[in-house]
Amino acid sequence: MKKFYLFALAFVPSLVLAEALADGVIRAKALQIIKRDFMPRGQAGIDRLAEDGVQAICNRTGNKPPQEIAKVLEADQMATIKWPADGKLMGDWKRGEQIAQSGRGFTWSDQPGLPVGGNCYNCHQIGPQELAYGTVGPSLLHFGKLRGYGPDMQKYVFAKIYNAKAFNLCSEMPRFGRIGALTEQQIKDLVALLLDPESPVNK
Amino acid sequence: MTMKAVLASTALSLFVGVAAHAQETIDHAKAHEEFEKFRAEMEDSNPAELFALKGQELWHAKRGPKNVSLHETCDLGLGIGKLEGAYVHMPRYFKDADAVMDAERRIVWCMVEKQGFKFEDIAKKPFMGANDTQAPDITNLVTYIAEKSRNMKFAVDLKDPKVREIYEIGKEIVNYRAGPFDFACNTCHGTDGRRIRMQNLPNLAKPEGAAKGVLGWPGYRMTGGVMLTHQWRMNDCFRQQRFPEPKYASDLITALLTYMTANANGVVYKGPGIKR
Repeated sequence: MKKFYLFALAFVPSLVLAEALADGVIRAKALQIIKRDFMPRGQAGIDRLAEDGVQAICNRTGNKPPQEIAKVLEADQMATIKWPADGKLMGDWKRGEQIAQSGRGFTWSDQPGLPVGGNCYNCHQIGPQELAYGTVGPSLLHFGKLRGYGPDMQKYVFAKIYNAKAFNLCSEMPRFGRIGALTEQQIKDLVALLLDPESPVNK
Repeated sequence: MTMKAVLASTALSLFVGVAAHAQETIDHAKAHEEFEKFRAEMEDSNPAELFALKGQELWHAKRGPKNVSLHETCDLGLGIGKLEGAYVHMPRYFKDADAVMDAERRIVWCMVEKQGFKFEDIAKKPFMGANDTQAPDITNLVTYIAEKSRNMKFAVDLKDPKVREIYEIGKEIVNYRAGPFDFACNTCHGTDGRRIRMQNLPNLAKPEGAAKGVLGWPGYRMTGGVMLTHQWRMNDCFRQQRFPEPKYASDLITALLTYMTANANGVVYKGPGIKR
């Protein structure tokens, strides 16, 4: 009996180890294939396949990073946000609606350079008139009406669009300001779309 | 300019303005509904059949520098000349190529190894473009072979360790987030009930979702009037993921197709489909 326990003790950890190694092997092979089997096209270069720090952590934790790491990296992401020099966060909701509608930008078939669309309706319900909205993200209908129109809310929305990873490290939402997809003015216009009391979003 | 002319030109520019605006704003929700109606109606007389017929001709014709037919040289896994059920058993491991291959990749391999075509020539333009009047030969061939598995169940052999490995690699790849938008395949296709605009996004990890991902390919697309293969679908997904372009007939694509087809094992394949 004692012998059996000893045997089991010696055996179990090596099994666990073998399994972990097997996982590592599959992952390594997947990365090798990703590295080998893409080619650059248009603006989409091979460099896009490299993980940055945030992606690397999210990819290795199934998008559930340990809280301590998440907090540190979220703070890093928060620090990337460039706040408007004029202190104003609200633009024009009408322009914001156009930006929210546009899904163009950053694919190999898009012309490089600005302006890029916000892709917002791809994932979110926003204005009441647009029924062709996606459901990857939460509904933003009545955003200001439900959450308030104050300066803190404006700051939150600006920052969230600029860099969603500042609030939730492995958020599925792109970092529109951080990657240079949307300009400061475009983000202001989107803030207005959600927070101007005159915007159809809040009617 | 007379007053009348000014009024007329103002009216005209107003009209043109309105017309242009009407053209720009498409009611996506309505369009989706209407397309779905036609799509369902057209399933009985699917233009894909024309491409399959062309593929049948190509499959039996002596072609390429070696002047042999695929029918007398190409083993799709069930033996040379055995086409029924071949499509739903792929991706599978092929000993002669020492690789797991999906249907399209296998046919390309046969065209190169048996008929003597150059891979680069096939890979140069493997997919039908919106302004093309004809589909590439490979698209017609895949459509023909797919047609031969109509009403059969998907049966990717996960007991084969080589298939199992590429399946696991595929599962790893669908989770890989990168690129400017931080997207992985699973950002859209790893959760139930998601939509981009009006487009439903199947959860490829589950049998029902995987079935939606594999059924209807290869498919005739009403928009653009083009016949497209499952390889094309993977290519265009990576475009929308903001990734660079996947190499044609590569392990990368086979891994994804193995993952999603095996997840749909047991589902009955309805033959080449029709898409919006």
